[in-house]
Amino acid sequence: MKLNLEDIIKSLVDMESIELENVELDVEELVIQAKQAMLMPILQQLQPQAAATLEAKPEQKLEALPEITFEKPIKEYRGQVEEITLGATRSEGGSRGKVLKIGGQRTLYHFEGGWINKPVVSFDVFDIPQPQFPKALREAWSEVWDSPAEWAREAVKRGADLVTIHLVSTDPKVKDTPINEAAKTVEEVLQAVDVPIVIGGSGNPEKDPALFEKVAAVAENERCLLASANLDLDHKRIVDAAVKYNHNVLSWVSLDINDQKTLNKLLLEEGLPREKLVQDPTTAALGYGLEYTYTMIERIKLNALKGEKELAFPVSCGVTNAWAAREAWMNVAEWGPREYRGPLWETVNALAVMLAGADIMMMLHPGAVQAIKTIIDSIFGDYQGVEIKYEDWLKV
Amino acid sequence: MAKVSPLEIYKYLPGLNCKECGEDSCMAFASALIERSKSYEDCSPLVKDEKYKKKLEKLIELVTPPVKEVVIGTGERACTIGGEEVMYRHELTFFNPTALFIDVSDDLPADELADRVARISRFAIERVGQKLRLDGIAIRAKSGDAAKFGEAVVTAVENSDMPLMLCSFDPEQLEVGLEIAIERRPLIYAATKENVDAVAELAAKYGAPVVAHSPGDIQGLFELVAKLRSKGVEDIVLDIGTYPMDEKFGSSLENMVMLRRLAIEKGEKLAGYPIMGVPLVAWLNGNDPAKAAMQECIIASAQLLRYADLLVLHSMDMFSLLPLLTLRQNIYTDPRVPIQVDAKLYEIGKPDENSPVLLTTNFALTYYTVASDIEAGKVDCYLLVVNTEGLAVEPAMAGAKLTGSLVKEAIEESGVESKVKHRKLIIPGMAARISGEIEDLTGWEVLVGPIDSSRIPAFIEQKWKSDGQG
Ligand code: B12
Ligand code: SF4
Repeated sequence: MKLNLEDIIKSLVDMESIELENVELDVEELVIQAKQAMLMPILQQLQPQAAATLEAKPEQKLEALPEITFEKPIKEYRGQVEEITLGATRSEGGSRGKVLKIGGQRTLYHFEGGWINKPVVSFDVFDIPQPQFPKALREAWSEVWDSPAEWAREAVKRGADLVTIHLVSTDPKVKDTPINEAAKTVEEVLQAVDVPIVIGGSGNPEKDPALFEKVAAVAENERCLLASANLDLDHKRIVDAAVKYNHNVLSWVSLDINDQKTLNKLLLEEGLPREKLVQDPTTAALGYGLEYTYTMIERIKLNALKGEKELAFPVSCGVTNAWAAREAWMNVAEWGPREYRGPLWETVNALAVMLAGADIMMMLHPGAVQAIKTIIDSIFGDYQGVEIKYEDWLKV
Repeated sequence: MAKVSPLEIYKYLPGLNCKECGEDSCMAFASALIERSKSYEDCSPLVKDEKYKKKLEKLIELVTPPVKEVVIGTGERACTIGGEEVMYRHELTFFNPTALFIDVSDDLPADELADRVARISRFAIERVGQKLRLDGIAIRAKSGDAAKFGEAVVTAVENSDMPLMLCSFDPEQLEVGLEIAIERRPLIYAATKENVDAVAELAAKYGAPVVAHSPGDIQGLFELVAKLRSKGVEDIVLDIGTYPMDEKFGSSLENMVMLRRLAIEKGEKLAGYPIMGVPLVAWLNGNDPAKAAMQECIIASAQLLRYADLLVLHSMDMFSLLPLLTLRQNIYTDPRVPIQVDAKLYEIGKPDENSPVLLTTNFALTYYTVASDIEAGKVDCYLLVVNTEGLAVEPAMAGAKLTGSLVKEAIEESGVESKVKHRKLIIPGMAARISGEIEDLTGWEVLVGPIDSSRIPAFIEQKWKSDGQG
């Protein structure tokens, strides 16, 4: 039987088998033979030729590459993001071991030279146990969740730059924990850890303002972040408490850039100093609207650098929302093991908001936090890793 | 092109308003060109009539995206990468989703290789009504033996119709692969400083797209690109290098940003090509497989967000591909139109005249979440989808895009009243606020369902069946 090369290639390309009548061969053998039949001529044809070219011009040097000069595309920006300080040390009247600075960017990208501060990661801590957590999070935290102080201590051990204590049980619909008791929880957490803390309300618009007035007082001068003021509640009272007791305020809206501008402006008019405002545009989960959050943060940062002062504040993101996605927690065989999938879901969510421009990522899974901190360090040049030779990927 | 106004484009159109392009006027056509819903070729007077030659040339220059589109593969599964015009999706949209290539190495036993190739081709998972798939196969010349590499290419060609990427730094091996697979329009990987003369010749001879590889060195990359162009090669992909999560990871991301910014904002032609990355490097530092797969997913996600148009991966584990595929789906969603389904009456299972009627919105994510929950619970029912302009239930409620009168319209237009005997409508728990309004306007009785659709089957069991319905 004689087949020429082109025919074979063509028949293979067309995904048709080569028809051999009256020949008995087992299939595997046929494949191998066809392959060799096809390859041999190619190899014979190419190799001597290649060898010949090399022999003919043994001295030939590579042609010189054209001369080109490359300049980094660095831009000039008119605006600058406000720099915010979280936490206060003893000398400033607080009791934190370290102080964090966030924001302050003068450029969009790190390579443009205007990044003063790295993004930071906060662990979420709740004032009551969270048995409804997905499995991966229950496993990570159930041993410490009876005590917010223990939980916070463990969070710092696992790499938290700061800790967020969510006073969710104060909501009348949850446990209606009295404000005085919530204030005690805050004090305990402040004693347990020396990183800066974020204090989260329950989201109840009636109770939150009074709650913040009280916790702001017990945490006087610790420069916490009060989370959060929104359009639905009496934000003036939160601003007053922050100013009086020296705290920052988180300005939270739901995925609307005009709302964000409006609320920020209101808070400033009510007397909040610019260097005390952080904004939260709402983090939609990966697969559940993440693109809205991603784009909104990009627009905030771009507009801030263009000089739009109402938006020129650091951005905080509730990355924990990633766990609202079914893909993060549900046990579905087709999706693969959820003990890997869940943390990865949160990591990718954090990565997206961070690359869009977030300054604080509030997170829950220790593995996800570790991964995202490694990436932050790598982007900011602080990470000492093993060097690899990129070209080796062909040989893995 | 995003910065071009319709008026500017209009200057280069014939101005006949003849409607041959399918638009009402030249001005409308100009807008369509900007949105890329039409191509300049649709204006037949412009393309056919010699006297518009100058205009045509200028117009092509205006509407050609600053990042060249490169096609890899042929037929149904051919994949197009690049073609981007903006840095940020809200400025217009991103066009061609990042292509995901999975590697095979040529030292695998033939049957394993065939099996892996077939699995890559078959791979698919449904999300929000879209089939998420992989896009190509990267064949690595690991053995160093041209014959073995050739065999692997043959196996890939035989077992899959997907786009191929031939990976070797040795021009001879590449040529063996090209001889076998050229009708598939494979991507050649790669031209380097050392082999660029030979590889440029191959790319020109076979008319195949080629990768310019210059890890960590943009200037070197530009020199390679210039060289390739001088040989008449125009279908180029840029490889600026990928590093695992070590100190160079950050700079390799920034290099991608610089390339895209140079192309789009500075009009640098040498940067005007699709960019590729190799998250597969996660497998280089001896991690255990689960860890390597996770790291690969993270690197890939970061590069996807930093303008990578093509990524080479190793893991085919769903736990690591699903987040990446979902991220790609999110970022490449056109911000001008949320993914929607038709607003009409859907039948789930085998409903009859006594089956329940449930209401939801036409946001694709909402519809598919609800429909799959109902299917999983084996409930036969009608699902009435209201046009909320692509908003989920909660945002639709918040933005008054789900109202009693819209529900009334939906009931009337869907013909549901001739399908069922009863007049009972189950609405999402989140829409409880408008139940009275719906009852007043439609005369239907409203049952407020659970907040989360996963509890619909239990709800039907308790509230519908026990009522003597169904
Ligand atoms: C993404 C998002 C958006 C996107 C919308 C995307 C889209 N295409 O819909 C955008 C940015 C456009 C948006 C806008 C707004 N949003 Co919005 N948004 C969200 C977000 C983050 C996710 C929504 C989502 O996709 N959910 C997933 C889908 C699948 O959920 P779903 O449709 O509700 O379906 C579920 C249930 O309803 C139920 N279900 C569905 N159908 C049925 C049927 C039956 C029979 C039953 C029983 C159950 C059922 O099961 C489903 C699965 O659980 C939520 C926050 C959150 N919840 O996480 C806020 C949220 C919904 N938004 C909110 C607001 C306030 C708004 C705006 C008014 C903001 C503004 N100031 O402009 C606008 C309104 C829209 C407008 N202007 O017209 C608020 C609503 C508050 C409230 N309860 O009133 C939320 C809750 C955020 C918050 N905490 O403040 N938003
Ligand atoms: S076909 Fe061309 S000339 Fe005719 S209306 Fe369209 S754009 Fe104008």
